[in-house]
Amino acid sequence: MDQLLQHLVNMLVLGGTYALLGIGLTLIFGIMNVVNFTHGILYTFGAYMMFIVVHQLGLNFFVALPVAIVAGWLLGAAIEITLLRPLRGADIDTTMLVMIGAWIAMQSGALWIWGGVAKSIDNPFPDTPLVIGPVSVSWLRLFVLAAAALLIVIAYSLINLTKLGKAMRATFQDSDTAALMGVNVSWIYTSTFAIGSSLAAAAGALLGPVYVVFPQMGDLAAVKAFAIVILGGLGNITGAVIGGFILALAEELGAGYVSSGYRDAMGFLIIIAVLVFKPTGLFARAERVG
Amino acid sequence: MNRIFPLVCLAVFASVPLWLKDPYLLNALITTGIFIIGAMSMNLLLGFTGQLSLGHIAFFGIGAYVSALTSLGYDVPIYGDFHIVHTPWPPIAGFVLAVVISGFCGYMVGKLSFRVRGAYFVIVTISFAEVVRLVALNWVELTQGPLALTNIPSITIGLPGLGYLVLKTKLQNYYLVLAVAAVSYFLISRLVHSHYGRAMRGLMENETLAVSVGIDVTKALTLTAVISAAIAGAAGSLYAHYIRIIDPEVFAFISTVTMVIMVVSGGKGSLAGPVVGGVIFGLLPVLLRPIMAPEAQWITYGLVLIAILFVLPRGIVPALAPKLGFGRPQTKPKPVVMTERTAEEHA
Repeated sequence: MDQLLQHLVNMLVLGGTYALLGIGLTLIFGIMNVVNFTHGILYTFGAYMMFIVVHQLGLNFFVALPVAIVAGWLLGAAIEITLLRPLRGADIDTTMLVMIGAWIAMQSGALWIWGGVAKSIDNPFPDTPLVIGPVSVSWLRLFVLAAAALLIVIAYSLINLTKLGKAMRATFQDSDTAALMGVNVSWIYTSTFAIGSSLAAAAGALLGPVYVVFPQMGDLAAVKAFAIVILGGLGNITGAVIGGFILALAEELGAGYVSSGYRDAMGFLIIIAVLVFKPTGLFARAERVG
Repeated sequence: MNRIFPLVCLAVFASVPLWLKDPYLLNALITTGIFIIGAMSMNLLLGFTGQLSLGHIAFFGIGAYVSALTSLGYDVPIYGDFHIVHTPWPPIAGFVLAVVISGFCGYMVGKLSFRVRGAYFVIVTISFAEVVRLVALNWVELTQGPLALTNIPSITIGLPGLGYLVLKTKLQNYYLVLAVAAVSYFLISRLVHSHYGRAMRGLMENETLAVSVGIDVTKALTLTAVISAAIAGAAGSLYAHYIRIIDPEVFAFISTVTMVIMVVSGGKGSLAGPVVGGVIFGLLPVLLRPIMAPEAQWITYGLVLIAILFVLPRGIVPALAPKLGFGRPQTKPKPVVMTERTAEEHA
């Protein structure tokens, strides 16, 4: 029972960042219909931005986080404008392969610049964990959970309360009609990709200090993001949040009670099971591509 | 011209070891050849049915592991005192089993995943490959996990009256790979020109129409998946017996990407495409190696992939073949004409 409580607490911390990854990808995949293989590299990029700002520029940990998010936003916008904008109307396989090319090039670039040795990021929190009864959790992880929750709320309000969010939702429902109503669909795509990328960078910046930072760290994150999107249903923000926590729960329980070697298999098994038995996602709405 | 040209190419490939004596280049050609076989099998799915299998390396890796384990033997505890013990069989039996078991995996994956299309099919196949990789990594009793399977024997061929021939040298392996590649090419060519091939292309062009004229979509796709996976398994087996050491890294996603690059750059849906793309991209690292760091090579790889998709989205062969006077343009296959008889065969 104590062990289960500990797993549930770990699940909350992990689930928050997974939800961020999932929201970012579900926006891009849902609105733009782009299978975004650069999502993982944006996650890696966010973590390296933390490393650069904290260790190479010597600035404060709490300054580094917004810097990483803004840098992710800029990189996302740059990718969209240079690679995806010329391919509007191309079929989904072509854009997917271009994204794979960009992913390989950028990951190798990260390996070239920063080397393959894993790096750790110092954090200002005390080393002794917070102990409540049978459960212990580090202050850093609590901060990660709080920051992720805050970012989820911001993303949620952005989509549901602002004019930009309304235009994004309209484009998701029917891009032609949205264009007829005066929405600049091309810029909506750029904004969507930039916002989604900044959320991935935020997830990387938050989990980077918890684990270690290395160039391939984003590969698994990207697949997990796909698992979350499929679990939650395409373009479904609430679904992505719930999906993030379900994946985290499956991983924690899988690692705790089955075998830690198969921890990362959970995401893939979820993908296969959901697509075979309930291909519209657990929280199905009518929209679906493919 | 169209019938003779592949034979001319085969003759040119067969003559390579006569004038190329550099063992490093010959080695690069053998591994490239193995990956070209994999790329041809992927092209069968991607180019002729439109399904992008980004988990294709799973079939390659399963073939490699099945072949290696069959020829090495194993002793695996299943539950309590119950063990499955296998004594080593000749490598050629491993090759046959690799083809059969990979083909069976293709059947299972096809059955399950052709319920979804497009991006979802891609993601299911990636997930399948990753699950298989994690099993290879964690089932240490069977696969040795990250410690790798070593000392895999070379393929031995029994020749009537001549005794046994162990294919150990690079030269022998070159001709072995060339022979398997030629057989695979011939098989794929026969398949896509059969009425199944026409059905496959019909459903790539317009699935609703294909279904309405009586094509059994799941059957056509599953058959293609089985053959594609079996050929990939054969390539994996060749790889295991040539390199003679395999670890879970054979399932690396980047290897699937290499095959995709070969197919897409050469031209998906053209028989020669994967061969042309494969020769270019298989030998590109050899050319770049003296002048670039490995990371820079991969950056170039990624950028070249993007450039090809921007400049030649249909690939090299479909773009150049009509200009050189080869064949019909592949993008406009003849319409599928269904007579009563063929419709019954499909039903």
